[in-house]
Amino acid sequence: MNEITAHVDALPGLDPRAPLLHVEDLHVEFRTRDGVARAVNGVNLWLNPGETLAVLGESGCGKSVTAQAIMGILDTPPGHVTGGRVLYRGVDLLRLPESERRKVRANRIAMIFQDALSALNPVYTVGFQLAELFRVHRGTSRREAKRRAIELLDQVRIPDARRRVDDYPHEFSGGMRQRVMIAMALALDPEVLIADEPTTALDVTVQAQIMSLLADLQRERNMGLMLITHDMGVVADVADRIAVMYAGKVVEEAPVYDIYAHPAHAYTKALLESIPRLDHKGQALNVIRGLPPALTDIPTGCAFHPRCAYAREICRLEPPPAYQIAPHRVTSCHFVREVLGV
Amino acid sequence: MSDVVLETRGLVKHFKARKGAVRAVDGVDLQLRRGETLGIVGESGCGKSTLAKLLVGLEKPTQGEIRVRGEDLTRLGGAALRRSRRNIQMVLQDPYTSLNPRMTVGDIIGEPYDIHRDAVPQYGKARAVQELLDIVGLNPDHINRYPHQFSGGQRQRIGIARALALRPEIIVCDEPVSALDVSIQAQVINLLEGLQRELGLAYVFIAHDLSVVRHISDRVAVMYLGKIVETGNHAAIYEQPTHPYTQALLSAVPVPDPRLRGRRDHIMLEGDVPSPADPPSGCRFRTRCWKAQPGCADHEPLLEIRQRSSHPSACHYAEVRHVMRRF
Repeated sequence: MNEITAHVDALPGLDPRAPLLHVEDLHVEFRTRDGVARAVNGVNLWLNPGETLAVLGESGCGKSVTAQAIMGILDTPPGHVTGGRVLYRGVDLLRLPESERRKVRANRIAMIFQDALSALNPVYTVGFQLAELFRVHRGTSRREAKRRAIELLDQVRIPDARRRVDDYPHEFSGGMRQRVMIAMALALDPEVLIADEPTTALDVTVQAQIMSLLADLQRERNMGLMLITHDMGVVADVADRIAVMYAGKVVEEAPVYDIYAHPAHAYTKALLESIPRLDHKGQALNVIRGLPPALTDIPTGCAFHPRCAYAREICRLEPPPAYQIAPHRVTSCHFVREVLGV
Repeated sequence: MSDVVLETRGLVKHFKARKGAVRAVDGVDLQLRRGETLGIVGESGCGKSTLAKLLVGLEKPTQGEIRVRGEDLTRLGGAALRRSRRNIQMVLQDPYTSLNPRMTVGDIIGEPYDIHRDAVPQYGKARAVQELLDIVGLNPDHINRYPHQFSGGQRQRIGIARALALRPEIIVCDEPVSALDVSIQAQVINLLEGLQRELGLAYVFIAHDLSVVRHISDRVAVMYLGKIVETGNHAAIYEQPTHPYTQALLSAVPVPDPRLRGRRDHIMLEGDVPSPADPPSGCRFRTRCWKAQPGCADHEPLLEIRQRSSHPSACHYAEVRHVMRRF
């Protein structure tokens, strides 16, 4: 057995009773020619087994960078984690040496990406790539690894898995490739799955298939799912809780029903009012004026204030504190009462 | 009908392939009236972008007619074609690649005037461009800036200004907002709607996002493998869909309302769209259709009003199914 095949329970400080995943005050910076881009500015998140947490936000809000920091796959340089903790069952992953961290990746926390074609290796068959996981991480024999690869393809409902296992990624359709990537992520039975825009590149009917597959697999395995997306429709269908991000911060966090019925942050509310809906034909869409801020030049106070309809002087001067407005409901908005209309 | 500004009859585009042909657009009839928006929806590979290119003359049809104000573009040539084409312009999907990075905004928006010299307003090209910038909500003083100095939403406004330069009656929009962030999408959609009201434009609005299409369209056509399978006004398509594909498509769209979870009629389609190089015989949707009967393989259903469909539907077994339950 090589180093990686050693069992993960050997992680020093691992406490099976500690929360599954807890991100505390995470900061990530990118040092660029145009200055320091503060991509993540104090993100707090937690995830329980069997739960789906949606991290919702537009391009550049820091949602993908947060995921990369959790996984330990941040491009360094230019990216640097400059503060905070990522606790997996009580172990701070950010302080682990890389050799220990590799045992966590795929084994305990796995990730799938938007673009399956570029995430898979084009010159190996999908069977080889799946089997490789078992051979490297578990020291399984080739024969046994291939058997398990077929089993996995079957579990992600790829028809005729026994034959398809020897196909190359380009021989699969977009939806089928996404299934292959899900199979790879789940191969070693992780407790946490991070899905970064897993269906954004897919057609709606295929998206529905993939989301339903993910939900089934999550239920079967009691996995914690962190779904990173910009799609408020997908979120409404699958999430238990939602964390809304803006300019590198979680601005509102709430159970899914509450956030759609009573958004408690001006940004969340404006976002919900700006999307066209399938279930009715509305009037002119509510527009959020202006643009998301440049991360090298984040506005003072509340980062949303230049675009906010509720903003007053205080929003420019002081960053809003995190108000706990109900159990599991946190919002960082100075005018939460006005936004809620109470 | 005199208010029909654009009409296609039996429009076909086949691309030669190694064996046979890819039948990207395979017999499309559509009509667009003055000032209205016709939404075209469908998944990747259904031929909607090829249709857009045919309409603006970026592809030559294999067969069929494209009539702009009654004149068949496929039979025109030279000056007559050029004059007719002025009337139908296009907005493209990707605001990053559809603007030449080495041209200033003024040159990009003004380029149509270099080709159609007699279309330059009397007060000169520069002023015309500044006016266009103003119309789409950009600062007219930015005429000498380059595309990279603008955000995605602003670039899409530049693309819209370019399409407006020749004062067309018709604009074909191919996925005009799908590359934009949610908060920016609304700005561009509202701009398109405002321009339509002010200038009396007719839009062919092509998109895969059914919610956006519902919002902006008066009428909708649903495409599958190169053909229109169902068409009607927005209420007919969204509230009374009769073609199984339309029903499946609608049922798959996530709705931003968690209260609908588990209460919607989800139709899960099996498998993928077949290749347009080798479409199924008879009804093209039959390989994924839960209603298919042996006869569907032999008889191609025509797009017509049927006993149980008040609007044209290309299904032998067309029947209303309410997939959009509302509160």
